[in-house]
Amino acid sequence: MATFIHALGGRFLAVVQEAGAMMLFLLEGLALTFVPPYRPRRVLQELELIGVKSTLIILLTGAFTGMVLGLQGYYTLRKYGSESALGSAVALSLIREMGPVLTAIMVSARAGSAVTAEIGIMRITEQLDALDTMAVNPMQYVVMPKLIAGVIAVPLLTAIFDVVGILGGYLIGVVLLGVSSGAYFSGMVQSVVPLDINGGIVKSLVFGITILLVACYKGYYTEHGAEGVSRATNQTVVLSAILILAWDYVLTSFFM
Amino acid sequence: MIKIIDLVKSFNGQRVLDGINLEVPRGQITVVIGKSGVGKSVLLKHLVGLLKPDSGQVLVDGQDITRFSGRQLQELRKRFAVLFQGGALFDSLNVFGNIAFPLREKTRLSEAEIRRRVFERLDQMHLTPDVALKYPAELSGGMKKRVALARAMIQEPEIILYDEPVTGLDPPMTNTVFHLISKTHQESGYTAMMVSHDIPDVFQVSDQVAMLHRGKIIAQGAPAEIQRHPDPVVQSFIRGEVDFLED
Repeated sequence: MATFIHALGGRFLAVVQEAGAMMLFLLEGLALTFVPPYRPRRVLQELELIGVKSTLIILLTGAFTGMVLGLQGYYTLRKYGSESALGSAVALSLIREMGPVLTAIMVSARAGSAVTAEIGIMRITEQLDALDTMAVNPMQYVVMPKLIAGVIAVPLLTAIFDVVGILGGYLIGVVLLGVSSGAYFSGMVQSVVPLDINGGIVKSLVFGITILLVACYKGYYTEHGAEGVSRATNQTVVLSAILILAWDYVLTSFFM
Repeated sequence: MIKIIDLVKSFNGQRVLDGINLEVPRGQITVVIGKSGVGKSVLLKHLVGLLKPDSGQVLVDGQDITRFSGRQLQELRKRFAVLFQGGALFDSLNVFGNIAFPLREKTRLSEAEIRRRVFERLDQMHLTPDVALKYPAELSGGMKKRVALARAMIQEPEIILYDEPVTGLDPPMTNTVFHLISKTHQESGYTAMMVSHDIPDVFQVSDQVAMLHRGKIIAQGAPAEIQRHPDPVVQSFIRGEVDFLED
Protein backbone atom coordinates (compact mmCIF):
# COMPACT_ATOMS: atom_id res chain seq x y z
CA MET A 1 0.00 0.00 0.00
CA ALA A 2 2.81 2.35 0.99
CA THR A 3 4.58 1.52 -2.26
CA PHE A 4 1.44 2.33 -4.22
CA ILE A 5 1.02 5.69 -2.49
CA HIS A 6 4.72 6.40 -3.00
CA ALA A 7 4.43 5.61 -6.69
CA LEU A 8 1.27 7.69 -7.00
CA GLY A 9 2.92 10.63 -5.26
CA GLY A 10 5.99 10.31 -7.46
CA ARG A 11 3.84 10.28 -10.58
CA PHE A 12 1.89 13.32 -9.38
CA LEU A 13 5.10 15.22 -8.68
CA ALA A 14 6.41 14.33 -12.12
CA VAL A 15 3.23 15.67 -13.73
CA VAL A 16 3.47 18.92 -11.73
CA GLN A 17 7.15 19.28 -12.65
CA GLU A 18 6.42 18.74 -16.33
CA ALA A 19 3.53 21.25 -16.22
CA GLY A 20 5.89 23.81 -14.67
CA ALA A 21 8.57 23.09 -17.24
CA MET A 22 6.03 23.52 -20.05
CA MET A 23 4.89 26.84 -18.62
CA LEU A 24 8.49 28.11 -18.48
CA PHE A 25 9.02 26.83 -22.02
CA LEU A 26 5.95 28.79 -23.16
CA LEU A 27 7.01 31.97 -21.41
CA GLU A 28 10.50 31.77 -22.89
CA GLY A 29 9.11 31.12 -26.37
CA LEU A 30 6.68 34.02 -26.21
CA ALA A 31 9.19 36.40 -24.61
CA LEU A 32 11.60 35.76 -27.50
CA THR A 33 8.99 37.29 -29.83
CA PHE A 34 10.07 40.68 -28.52
CA VAL A 35 13.81 40.06 -28.69
CA PRO A 36 15.71 40.79 -31.91
CA PRO A 37 16.34 39.36 -34.42
CA TYR A 38 12.61 39.36 -35.22
CA ARG A 39 11.68 36.57 -37.54
CA PRO A 40 8.61 37.54 -39.58
CA ARG A 41 9.65 35.31 -42.48
CA ARG A 42 9.87 32.27 -40.18
CA VAL A 43 6.43 33.09 -38.73
CA LEU A 44 4.99 33.26 -42.26
CA GLN A 45 6.59 29.93 -43.14
CA GLU A 46 5.03 28.34 -40.06
CA LEU A 47 1.67 29.98 -40.79
CA GLU A 48 1.74 28.22 -44.12
CA LEU A 49 2.63 24.85 -42.57
CA ILE A 50 0.26 25.06 -39.61
CA GLY A 51 -2.52 27.22 -41.03
CA VAL A 52 -2.73 27.16 -44.82
CA LYS A 53 -1.99 23.46 -45.12
CA SER A 54 -4.70 22.67 -42.55
CA THR A 55 -7.36 24.60 -44.46
CA LEU A 56 -8.61 21.74 -46.63
CA ILE A 57 -9.09 19.40 -43.70
CA ILE A 58 -10.91 22.16 -41.79
CA LEU A 59 -13.17 22.85 -44.79
CA LEU A 60 -14.08 19.17 -45.02
CA THR A 61 -14.66 18.58 -41.31
CA GLY A 62 -16.50 21.90 -40.95
CA ALA A 63 -18.85 21.09 -43.84
CA PHE A 64 -19.66 17.60 -42.60
CA THR A 65 -20.10 18.75 -39.01
CA GLY A 66 -22.56 21.45 -40.14
CA MET A 67 -24.41 18.92 -42.30
CA VAL A 68 -24.76 16.48 -39.41
CA LEU A 69 -25.94 19.27 -37.11
CA GLY A 70 -28.47 20.33 -39.74
CA LEU A 71 -29.78 16.80 -40.09
CA GLN A 72 -29.89 15.95 -36.38
CA GLY A 73 -31.20 19.39 -35.44
CA TYR A 74 -33.97 19.28 -38.03
CA TYR A 75 -35.41 15.95 -36.87
CA THR A 76 -35.11 16.88 -33.19
CA LEU A 77 -36.69 20.32 -33.61
CA ARG A 78 -39.46 18.96 -35.83
CA LYS A 79 -40.77 16.95 -32.88
CA TYR A 80 -41.52 20.27 -31.18
CA GLY A 81 -42.56 22.10 -34.32
CA SER A 82 -39.53 24.36 -34.09
CA GLU A 83 -37.75 23.70 -37.38
CA SER A 84 -37.35 27.45 -37.80
CA ALA A 85 -34.87 27.42 -34.89
CA LEU A 86 -32.49 25.25 -36.90
CA GLY A 87 -30.26 28.19 -37.90
CA SER A 88 -29.71 29.30 -34.31
CA ALA A 89 -29.14 25.71 -33.12
CA VAL A 90 -26.50 25.07 -35.78
CA ALA A 91 -24.78 28.43 -35.31
CA LEU A 92 -24.68 28.32 -31.52
CA SER A 93 -23.40 24.73 -31.47
CA LEU A 94 -20.65 25.60 -33.92
CA ILE A 95 -19.59 28.98 -32.60
CA ARG A 96 -19.63 28.11 -28.91
CA GLU A 97 -18.40 24.53 -28.90
CA MET A 98 -17.90 22.44 -31.95
CA GLY A 99 -16.02 24.93 -34.08
CA PRO A 100 -13.22 25.68 -31.62
CA VAL A 101 -12.97 22.12 -30.26
CA LEU A 102 -13.06 20.20 -33.54
CA THR A 103 -10.77 22.69 -35.28
CA ALA A 104 -8.28 22.36 -32.44
CA ILE A 105 -8.39 18.58 -32.50
CA MET A 106 -7.95 18.49 -36.29
CA VAL A 107 -5.03 20.97 -36.14
CA SER A 108 -3.47 18.94 -33.35
CA ALA A 109 -3.77 15.72 -35.35
CA ARG A 110 -2.44 17.24 -38.56
CA ALA A 111 -0.05 20.03 -37.62
CA GLY A 112 0.73 19.28 -33.95
CA SER A 113 2.00 15.81 -34.70
CA ALA A 114 4.01 17.13 -37.67
CA VAL A 115 5.59 19.85 -35.51
CA THR A 116 6.61 17.33 -32.85
CA ALA A 117 8.09 15.00 -35.45
CA GLU A 118 9.97 17.86 -37.14
CA ILE A 119 11.48 19.25 -33.94
CA GLY A 120 12.10 15.75 -32.56
CA ILE A 121 14.07 14.80 -35.66
CA MET A 122 15.99 18.07 -35.41
CA ARG A 123 16.84 17.10 -31.82
CA ILE A 124 18.03 13.56 -32.50
CA THR A 125 20.02 14.57 -35.60
CA GLU A 126 21.72 17.38 -33.63
CA GLN A 127 20.23 20.15 -35.80
CA LEU A 128 19.12 22.00 -32.66
CA ASP A 129 22.64 21.65 -31.23
CA ALA A 130 24.00 22.94 -34.55
CA LEU A 131 21.85 26.07 -34.21
CA ASP A 132 23.15 26.53 -30.67
CA THR A 133 26.76 26.24 -31.78
CA MET A 134 26.13 28.84 -34.50
CA ALA A 135 24.99 31.21 -31.73
CA VAL A 136 21.40 31.00 -33.02
CA ASN A 137 18.90 30.40 -30.24
CA PRO A 138 16.86 27.32 -31.30
CA MET A 139 13.98 28.45 -29.09
CA GLN A 140 13.80 31.65 -31.10
CA TYR A 141 14.48 30.18 -34.52
CA VAL A 142 12.38 27.01 -34.27
CA VAL A 143 9.88 27.26 -31.39
CA MET A 144 8.80 30.91 -31.22
CA PRO A 145 7.56 31.14 -34.86
CA LYS A 146 5.47 27.99 -34.38
CA LEU A 147 3.86 29.31 -31.19
CA ILE A 148 3.00 32.61 -32.86
CA ALA A 149 1.70 30.83 -35.95
CA GLY A 150 -0.52 28.68 -33.72
CA VAL A 151 -1.97 31.71 -31.97
CA ILE A 152 -2.79 33.32 -35.34
CA ALA A 153 -3.83 30.27 -37.36
CA VAL A 154 -6.15 28.38 -35.01
CA PRO A 155 -8.66 31.24 -34.49
CA LEU A 156 -8.74 31.88 -38.24
CA LEU A 157 -9.24 28.20 -39.00
CA THR A 158 -11.99 28.13 -36.37
CA ALA A 159 -13.74 31.02 -38.13
CA ILE A 160 -13.52 29.11 -41.42
CA PHE A 161 -14.87 25.98 -39.71
CA ASP A 162 -17.82 27.94 -38.28
CA VAL A 163 -18.74 29.58 -41.58
CA VAL A 164 -18.45 26.38 -43.59
CA GLY A 165 -20.39 24.50 -40.91
CA ILE A 166 -23.21 27.03 -41.01
CA LEU A 167 -23.32 26.68 -44.79
CA GLY A 168 -23.33 22.87 -44.41
CA GLY A 169 -26.30 23.16 -42.04
CA TYR A 170 -27.98 25.47 -44.57
CA LEU A 171 -27.46 22.94 -47.36
CA ILE A 172 -29.15 20.16 -45.40
CA GLY A 173 -31.77 22.18 -43.50
CA VAL A 174 -32.83 24.66 -46.18
CA VAL A 175 -31.92 23.13 -49.54
CA LEU A 176 -32.70 19.49 -48.81
CA LEU A 177 -35.22 19.50 -45.95
CA GLY A 178 -37.15 22.65 -46.80
CA VAL A 179 -36.59 24.93 -43.81
CA SER A 180 -37.17 28.56 -44.73
CA SER A 181 -33.97 30.34 -45.70
CA GLY A 182 -35.09 33.54 -43.97
CA ALA A 183 -35.92 31.66 -40.76
CA TYR A 184 -32.54 29.91 -40.82
CA PHE A 185 -30.55 33.14 -40.98
CA SER A 186 -32.83 35.39 -38.92
CA GLY A 187 -32.88 32.82 -36.09
CA MET A 188 -29.13 32.80 -36.21
CA VAL A 189 -28.85 36.59 -36.12
CA GLN A 190 -31.25 36.85 -33.18
CA SER A 191 -29.75 34.12 -31.04
CA VAL A 192 -26.00 34.57 -31.52
CA VAL A 193 -24.74 37.35 -29.24
CA PRO A 194 -21.22 38.88 -29.08
CA LEU A 195 -20.45 36.83 -25.94
CA ASP A 196 -20.83 33.63 -27.98
CA ILE A 197 -18.41 34.86 -30.63
CA ASN A 198 -15.94 36.23 -28.09
CA GLY A 199 -16.08 32.95 -26.18
CA GLY A 200 -15.32 31.03 -29.36
CA ILE A 201 -12.38 33.32 -30.16
CA VAL A 202 -10.93 33.03 -26.65
CA LYS A 203 -11.28 29.25 -26.76
CA SER A 204 -9.56 29.00 -30.13
CA LEU A 205 -6.71 31.25 -28.95
CA VAL A 206 -6.17 29.10 -25.85
CA PHE A 207 -6.41 25.91 -27.89
CA GLY A 208 -3.93 27.27 -30.45
CA ILE A 209 -1.35 28.02 -27.77
CA THR A 210 -1.99 24.68 -26.07
CA ILE A 211 -1.55 22.61 -29.24
CA LEU A 212 1.67 24.29 -30.33
CA LEU A 213 3.07 24.38 -26.79
CA VAL A 214 2.57 20.64 -26.35
CA ALA A 215 3.85 19.90 -29.87
CA CYS A 216 6.98 22.04 -29.55
CA TYR A 217 7.76 20.94 -25.98
CA LYS A 218 7.42 17.22 -26.74
CA GLY A 219 9.55 17.58 -29.86
CA TYR A 220 12.19 19.73 -28.18
CA TYR A 221 12.79 17.23 -25.40
CA THR A 222 12.69 14.11 -27.57
CA GLU A 223 15.18 11.40 -26.59
CA HIS A 224 16.16 7.93 -27.72
CA GLY A 225 16.15 8.15 -31.51
CA ALA A 226 13.33 7.22 -33.86
CA GLU A 227 11.41 5.43 -31.11
CA GLY A 228 11.53 8.61 -29.05
CA VAL A 229 10.15 10.67 -31.95
CA SER A 230 7.32 8.17 -32.38
CA ARG A 231 6.51 8.29 -28.66
CA ALA A 232 6.66 12.09 -28.54
CA THR A 233 4.34 12.41 -31.55
CA ASN A 234 1.87 10.03 -29.97
CA GLN A 235 2.00 11.92 -26.66
CA THR A 236 1.40 15.21 -28.47
CA VAL A 237 -1.85 14.08 -30.06
CA VAL A 238 -3.19 12.41 -26.89
CA LEU A 239 -2.17 15.17 -24.47
CA SER A 240 -3.40 17.94 -26.80
CA ALA A 241 -6.82 16.29 -27.15
CA ILE A 242 -7.16 15.87 -23.38
CA LEU A 243 -6.04 19.44 -22.67
CA ILE A 244 -8.36 20.85 -25.35
CA LEU A 245 -11.37 19.14 -23.79
CA ALA A 246 -10.32 20.11 -20.25
CA TRP A 247 -9.78 23.74 -21.29
CA ASP A 248 -13.10 23.65 -23.10
CA TYR A 249 -14.91 22.78 -19.89
CA VAL A 250 -13.07 25.46 -17.89
CA LEU A 251 -13.63 28.19 -20.50
CA THR A 252 -17.23 27.22 -21.11
CA SER A 253 -17.94 27.58 -17.39
CA PHE A 254 -16.52 31.12 -17.61
CA PHE A 255 -18.60 32.11 -20.62
CA MET A 256 -21.93 30.58 -19.59
CA MET B 1 44.15 27.93 -25.96
CA ILE B 2 41.68 25.39 -24.55
CA LYS B 3 42.42 23.74 -21.23
CA ILE B 4 40.21 21.11 -19.64
CA ILE B 5 40.74 20.66 -15.91
CA ASP B 6 39.36 17.77 -13.80
CA LEU B 7 36.19 17.55 -15.87
CA VAL B 8 33.56 15.23 -14.43
CA LYS B 9 30.22 14.36 -15.99
CA SER B 10 27.70 11.68 -15.07
CA PHE B 11 24.45 10.57 -16.68
CA ASN B 12 21.90 8.71 -14.55
CA GLY B 13 24.51 7.95 -11.93
CA GLN B 14 27.02 6.60 -14.43
CA ARG B 15 30.26 8.58 -14.53
CA VAL B 16 31.14 9.11 -18.20
CA LEU B 17 33.95 11.63 -17.73
CA ASP B 18 35.95 11.02 -14.58
CA GLY B 19 38.41 13.87 -14.15
CA ILE B 20 39.56 14.73 -17.66
CA ASN B 21 42.68 16.89 -17.99
CA LEU B 22 43.65 17.96 -21.50
CA GLU B 23 45.19 20.90 -23.31
CA VAL B 24 44.35 21.84 -26.89
CA PRO B 25 47.19 24.04 -28.18
CA ARG B 26 46.49 26.97 -30.47
CA GLY B 27 46.75 26.24 -34.19
CA GLN B 28 47.01 22.47 -33.77
CA ILE B 29 44.66 19.56 -34.37
CA THR B 30 44.20 17.54 -31.20
CA VAL B 31 42.50 14.20 -31.68
CA VAL B 32 40.79 12.29 -28.88
CA ILE B 33 40.57 8.61 -29.67
CA GLY B 34 38.71 5.89 -27.83
CA LYS B 35 36.16 3.21 -28.46
CA SER B 36 32.52 3.98 -29.26
CA GLY B 37 30.41 5.11 -26.33
CA VAL B 38 33.37 6.05 -24.14
CA GLY B 39 32.27 9.71 -23.91
CA LYS B 40 34.27 11.42 -26.65
CA SER B 41 31.29 13.36 -28.02
CA VAL B 42 30.25 14.25 -24.46
CA LEU B 43 33.70 15.73 -23.92
CA LEU B 44 33.44 17.69 -27.17
CA LYS B 45 30.04 19.15 -26.27
CA HIS B 46 31.47 20.60 -23.06
CA LEU B 47 33.82 22.77 -25.11
CA VAL B 48 30.97 24.83 -26.57
CA GLY B 49 28.75 24.73 -23.51
CA LEU B 50 26.20 22.30 -24.97
CA LEU B 51 26.68 20.29 -21.77
CA LYS B 52 27.45 21.51 -18.26
CA PRO B 53 29.91 19.44 -16.24
CA ASP B 54 29.18 18.14 -12.74
CA SER B 55 32.53 19.60 -11.76
CA GLY B 56 35.75 20.81 -13.34
CA GLN B 57 36.65 23.63 -15.69
CA VAL B 58 36.88 24.29 -19.41
CA LEU B 59 39.17 27.26 -20.00
CA VAL B 60 39.12 29.04 -23.36
CA ASP B 61 41.85 31.67 -23.43
CA GLY B 62 41.92 31.48 -19.65
CA GLN B 63 38.17 32.01 -19.13
CA ASP B 64 36.13 29.25 -17.52
CA ILE B 65 33.21 28.79 -19.91
CA THR B 66 31.37 26.42 -17.56
CA ARG B 67 30.38 29.52 -15.58
CA PHE B 68 29.28 31.52 -18.63
CA SER B 69 25.74 32.89 -18.90
CA GLY B 70 23.65 32.17 -21.99
CA ARG B 71 24.64 35.48 -23.55
CA GLN B 72 28.35 34.90 -22.90
CA LEU B 73 28.07 31.45 -24.45
CA GLN B 74 26.44 32.95 -27.54
CA GLU B 75 29.39 35.32 -27.89
CA LEU B 76 31.88 32.51 -27.34
CA ARG B 77 30.21 30.31 -29.96
CA LYS B 78 30.84 32.93 -32.64
CA ARG B 79 34.49 31.83 -32.44
CA PHE B 80 33.63 28.14 -32.85
CA ALA B 81 32.32 25.86 -35.54
CA VAL B 82 31.26 22.27 -34.99
CA LEU B 83 31.16 19.47 -37.53
CA PHE B 84 28.63 17.03 -36.11
CA GLN B 85 28.81 13.29 -36.57
CA GLY B 86 25.80 13.12 -38.91
CA GLY B 87 26.48 16.55 -40.42
CA ALA B 88 23.43 18.10 -38.68
CA LEU B 89 22.43 19.78 -41.93
CA PHE B 90 19.05 21.48 -41.77
CA ASP B 91 16.55 19.29 -43.62
CA SER B 92 14.37 22.24 -44.56
CA LEU B 93 17.18 24.11 -46.35
CA ASN B 94 19.02 23.13 -49.50
CA VAL B 95 22.81 22.90 -49.62
CA PHE B 96 23.16 26.57 -50.51
CA GLY B 97 20.85 27.58 -47.65
CA ASN B 98 22.76 25.38 -45.23
CA ILE B 99 26.18 26.77 -46.09
CA ALA B 100 24.90 30.34 -46.26
CA PHE B 101 23.03 29.99 -42.95
CA PRO B 102 25.78 31.26 -40.59
CA LEU B 103 26.49 34.21 -42.87
CA ARG B 104 22.83 35.16 -43.17
CA GLU B 105 22.32 34.87 -39.43
CA LYS B 106 25.47 36.46 -38.13
CA THR B 107 26.74 38.90 -40.76
CA ARG B 108 25.39 41.76 -42.83
CA LEU B 109 27.01 40.60 -46.07
CA SER B 110 25.18 41.24 -49.32
CA GLU B 111 23.44 38.31 -50.98
CA ALA B 112 25.95 38.53 -53.86
CA GLU B 113 28.89 38.23 -51.46
CA ILE B 114 27.24 35.34 -49.63
CA ARG B 115 26.69 33.61 -52.96
CA ARG B 116 30.34 34.11 -53.91
CA ARG B 117 31.57 32.68 -50.62
CA VAL B 118 29.23 29.70 -50.70
CA PHE B 119 30.32 28.66 -54.19
CA GLU B 120 33.95 29.21 -53.23
CA ARG B 121 33.51 26.76 -50.33
CA LEU B 122 31.68 24.27 -52.52
CA ASP B 123 34.60 24.36 -54.93
CA GLN B 124 37.07 23.97 -52.07
CA MET B 125 35.19 20.83 -50.99
CA HIS B 126 35.26 19.47 -54.55
CA LEU B 127 31.49 19.78 -54.86
CA THR B 128 29.97 20.89 -58.16
CA PRO B 129 27.74 24.00 -58.24
CA ASP B 130 24.62 21.96 -59.06
CA VAL B 131 24.85 20.38 -55.58
CA ALA B 132 23.83 23.76 -54.16
CA LEU B 133 20.19 23.17 -55.06
CA LYS B 134 19.98 19.69 -53.55
CA TYR B 135 18.46 18.97 -50.14
CA PRO B 136 20.32 16.97 -47.47
CA ALA B 137 18.09 13.93 -48.04
CA GLU B 138 19.38 13.78 -51.64
CA LEU B 139 23.08 13.69 -50.65
CA SER B 140 25.39 10.73 -50.05
CA GLY B 141 27.18 10.39 -46.70
CA GLY B 142 30.43 11.80 -48.10
CA MET B 143 28.67 14.77 -49.67
CA LYS B 144 26.85 15.52 -46.41
CA LYS B 145 30.16 15.59 -44.53
CA ARG B 146 31.72 17.89 -47.10
CA VAL B 147 28.71 20.24 -47.08
CA ALA B 148 28.83 20.24 -43.27
CA LEU B 149 32.56 21.01 -43.45
CA ALA B 150 31.85 23.86 -45.89
CA ARG B 151 29.25 25.25 -43.48
CA ALA B 152 31.68 24.95 -40.58
CA MET B 153 34.41 26.74 -42.54
CA ILE B 154 32.29 29.52 -44.07
CA GLN B 155 32.74 31.93 -41.17
CA GLU B 156 36.45 31.19 -40.86
CA PRO B 157 36.22 30.21 -37.19
CA GLU B 158 39.14 30.26 -34.78
CA ILE B 159 38.29 26.84 -33.38
CA ILE B 160 36.67 23.86 -35.08
CA LEU B 161 35.37 20.80 -33.27
CA TYR B 162 35.06 17.63 -35.32
CA ASP B 163 32.77 14.90 -34.01
CA GLU B 164 33.63 11.65 -35.80
CA PRO B 165 34.13 13.36 -39.18
CA VAL B 166 34.61 10.17 -41.21
CA THR B 167 32.37 7.66 -39.45
CA GLY B 168 30.36 5.65 -41.94
CA LEU B 169 32.41 6.68 -44.97
CA ASP B 170 34.21 4.33 -47.35
CA PRO B 171 38.05 4.43 -47.41
CA PRO B 172 38.40 6.76 -50.44
CA MET B 173 35.89 9.22 -48.96
CA THR B 174 37.60 8.94 -45.55
CA ASN B 175 40.87 9.96 -47.18
CA THR B 176 39.12 12.76 -49.08
CA VAL B 177 37.58 14.21 -45.91
CA PHE B 178 40.86 13.94 -43.97
CA HIS B 179 42.68 15.55 -46.92
CA LEU B 180 40.15 18.44 -46.90
CA ILE B 181 40.51 18.88 -43.12
CA SER B 182 44.28 18.90 -43.46
CA LYS B 183 44.20 21.34 -46.37
CA THR B 184 41.80 23.78 -44.71
CA HIS B 185 43.84 23.62 -41.52
CA GLN B 186 47.05 24.45 -43.38
CA GLU B 187 45.32 27.34 -45.16
CA SER B 188 43.52 28.82 -42.14
CA GLY B 189 45.63 27.68 -39.20
CA TYR B 190 42.63 27.21 -36.94
CA THR B 191 42.70 25.30 -33.67
CA ALA B 192 40.86 22.00 -33.79
CA MET B 193 39.76 19.21 -31.56
CA MET B 194 38.56 16.03 -33.18
CA VAL B 195 37.07 12.94 -31.64
CA SER B 196 37.41 9.78 -33.66
CA HIS B 197 37.93 6.05 -33.48
CA ASP B 198 39.23 5.75 -37.01
CA ILE B 199 42.63 4.22 -36.43
CA PRO B 200 45.16 4.59 -38.01
CA ASP B 201 43.70 7.07 -40.56
CA VAL B 202 43.22 9.76 -37.96
CA PHE B 203 46.97 9.92 -37.22
CA GLN B 204 47.57 11.54 -40.63
CA VAL B 205 45.75 14.75 -39.63
CA SER B 206 46.62 15.00 -35.95
CA ASP B 207 49.32 17.04 -34.25
CA GLN B 208 48.48 15.62 -30.86
CA VAL B 209 46.55 12.51 -29.84
CA ALA B 210 44.90 11.72 -26.52
CA MET B 211 43.23 8.45 -25.63
CA LEU B 212 40.05 8.41 -23.56
CA HIS B 213 39.32 5.23 -21.65
CA ARG B 214 36.90 4.67 -18.78
CA GLY B 215 36.38 8.38 -18.28
CA LYS B 216 40.06 9.33 -18.15
CA ILE B 217 42.80 10.39 -20.56
CA ILE B 218 45.20 7.47 -20.29
CA ALA B 219 47.71 8.54 -22.94
CA GLN B 220 48.64 11.77 -24.63
CA GLY B 221 51.32 12.81 -27.12
CA ALA B 222 52.34 13.09 -30.76
CA PRO B 223 50.86 10.46 -33.10
CA ALA B 224 54.18 8.59 -33.26
CA GLU B 225 54.42 8.54 -29.45
CA ILE B 226 50.90 7.18 -29.10
CA GLN B 227 51.60 4.46 -31.63
CA ARG B 228 54.62 3.40 -29.55
CA HIS B 229 52.87 3.91 -26.21
CA PRO B 230 53.64 1.13 -23.70
CA ASP B 231 50.12 0.97 -22.21
CA PRO B 232 48.58 -2.34 -23.34
CA VAL B 233 45.11 -0.75 -23.48
CA VAL B 234 46.38 1.83 -26.00
CA GLN B 235 48.18 -0.79 -28.05
CA SER B 236 45.15 -3.05 -27.97
CA PHE B 237 42.91 -0.24 -29.23
CA ILE B 238 45.32 0.78 -31.99
CA ARG B 239 45.56 -2.82 -33.17
CA GLY B 240 41.78 -3.20 -32.92
CA GLU B 241 41.99 -6.34 -30.81
CA VAL B 242 38.72 -8.07 -30.23
CA ASP B 243 39.00 -8.56 -26.45
CA PHE B 244 39.40 -4.83 -25.93
CA LEU B 245 36.59 -3.88 -28.25
CA GLU B 246 34.29 -6.18 -26.29
CA ASP B 247 35.45 -4.79 -22.97
